[in-house]
Amino acid sequence: MDTLLEIKDLKKYFPTPKGLLHAVDGISFQVERGETLGIVGESGCGKSTLGRVCLHLLDSTGGQIIFEGKDVTQVSKHELHELRRDMQMIFQDPYSSLNPRMNVSSIIGEPLLIHKMCSSKEEFAKRVKETMDVVGLAPRTAYLYPHELDGGRRQRIGIARAIIMDPKLIVCDEPVSALDVSIQAQILNLLQELQRERKLTYMFVTHNLSVVKHISNNIAVLYLGTMAEKASSQDLFANPLHPYTKALLSAIPIAKAGAKRERIILKGEITSPINVEDRCRFAPRCLYATELCASQNPVLEEVMPNHFVACHHVREINNLK
Amino acid sequence: MAEKFLEVKNLRIEYRTEAETVYAVNGMGFDLEKGQTIGLVGETGAGKSTTALGILGLVPDPPGVVVDGEIFFEGEDLLKKSEKELREIRGGKISMIFQDPMTALNPVMTVGAQIMEVVQLHEKGLSKQEYRKKAEEMLELVGIPAGRAWEYPHQFSGGMKQRVVIAIALANNPALLIADEPTTALDVTIQAQILELINNLKEKLNTSVIMITHDLGVVAEVCDKVSIVYAGQVVESGTVVDVYDHMMHPYTQGLFDSIPDISTDGKELKAIAGQIADPANLPVGCNFSPRCPHATEECMKSEPQLREVAPGHMVRCFNCTKL
Repeated sequence: MDTLLEIKDLKKYFPTPKGLLHAVDGISFQVERGETLGIVGESGCGKSTLGRVCLHLLDSTGGQIIFEGKDVTQVSKHELHELRRDMQMIFQDPYSSLNPRMNVSSIIGEPLLIHKMCSSKEEFAKRVKETMDVVGLAPRTAYLYPHELDGGRRQRIGIARAIIMDPKLIVCDEPVSALDVSIQAQILNLLQELQRERKLTYMFVTHNLSVVKHISNNIAVLYLGTMAEKASSQDLFANPLHPYTKALLSAIPIAKAGAKRERIILKGEITSPINVEDRCRFAPRCLYATELCASQNPVLEEVMPNHFVACHHVREINNLK
Repeated sequence: MAEKFLEVKNLRIEYRTEAETVYAVNGMGFDLEKGQTIGLVGETGAGKSTTALGILGLVPDPPGVVVDGEIFFEGEDLLKKSEKELREIRGGKISMIFQDPMTALNPVMTVGAQIMEVVQLHEKGLSKQEYRKKAEEMLELVGIPAGRAWEYPHQFSGGMKQRVVIAIALANNPALLIADEPTTALDVTIQAQILELINNLKEKLNTSVIMITHDLGVVAEVCDKVSIVYAGQVVESGTVVDVYDHMMHPYTQGLFDSIPDISTDGKELKAIAGQIADPANLPVGCNFSPRCPHATEECMKSEPQLREVAPGHMVRCFNCTKL
């Protein structure tokens, strides 16, 4: 296997007036070259923070981020600048992530200027035009401003800006959440096509479970800054082992007539991530919680081949040995 | 035929500004029986929310103008009512749950006071204690302990705030509840709680519900009937089984093909080509024709009407029976 990105015991805490907010609390995983790792969870689970820390857009509090053998947390400013060519990001909101005072062509080409990749104006124009073509933006839009375009086209600009550097890794933070379903499907198809053609590696952060199943090879489920479960996308959906994943998957409304299912309705809501104690983060809402869960945080273990779960009682709940 | 509980006929609403006229709702029509739930499904700019505002007489004027149409509610045309009469109906017989619970509540009033406010407007002559008690009862009905009635919105989470909004909407036991994307801003596990709550309350209070959403999954969970809306018109309507299992309109087909299905594996999605119709600049002929894979010359020239393809199953397409 060829690992592009390896995260080891990554932590990101934010100081708040009430205490430390544990946004990411000891997460480890690997992303193989050319694969898509889906990161799912509900609001406040730390998934967006995780994406940003992985690109070192936010400093980490502890742990290692190893990208192509280099620890991103230890490199010099200059080296980080170089590394950034290979790590790009697509943002959630195509309305606020584009500078309203720059036209389409200069937004897409800005990374080329920052990294001094073009020697002439002609080359710049050529690269921008090629990239616009790849993401399906008509040449006539080159000198329009973001407000003149609809959400789908704006997200295409965000994608063009990310791929113009020919990066190896792209962190996609909810890239289709702000779009209508018919447009969402166009963007998902575009992302998959680009991945095939350019051997891109994606970290795909989203709360939309059907989207993540569609696009990912492996999926990590987060709950309050920790990883609850990680498996291949087929295994996770066919055979969820963690009680939170089970409830989460059963909560997805299915677009089929008469599709009333046995649903696990969780009690209460996500608890506060501030000053968390050493216990299972999901215990207050869990149907199977015991005293052990309230006193000790479970570690992620490989319960079945390539299927990792962090739960003290995973074997009893699922009748495993 | 018996009198319908709610019947919207040929509703047309435009937003007129100096620069352009936006044709938001273009001949919308649907009906609803007592105790039934209908889903209005469509994408941004389809005119779903404007239709809801039209029923409540809340279309902002200017720039909004109700150009044509009738809205019969319990036999009376709401569009002919005076502002005073409408004020009696709003929050009383018809009430609305808004999309975003974060902005629908007043941040400087306790949630209890906000519920009392609606009750006081429609049910005069009770004592202060009785109003307070009513507010606490409503909160308990939606699963919030009465002890939290005198807290402020910022002390509640998103899901709890949406429960408060539902409690306000239900405070006067409305006959018709309009829910505009009630779960869009919420996480799935919280969405599941809220949908279960709406389903339970519907059974308990026999309320009719108009559920406005873009989520076909939500409709399958709670609705009896569904109307698919595109560019301000119903393009297909019928029971959930009619529309989900025997869909006829190419747009409905396209919508279903666009959703990644969790029960199958990641093939390429069949996206609908092109952009959503711009309501300020609608195409000639069928509104969907520029995006439709089956469009013929006829579709580009003249506008199709809704026709009944099976009892109760209406489709707005020239070619649907051939496809």
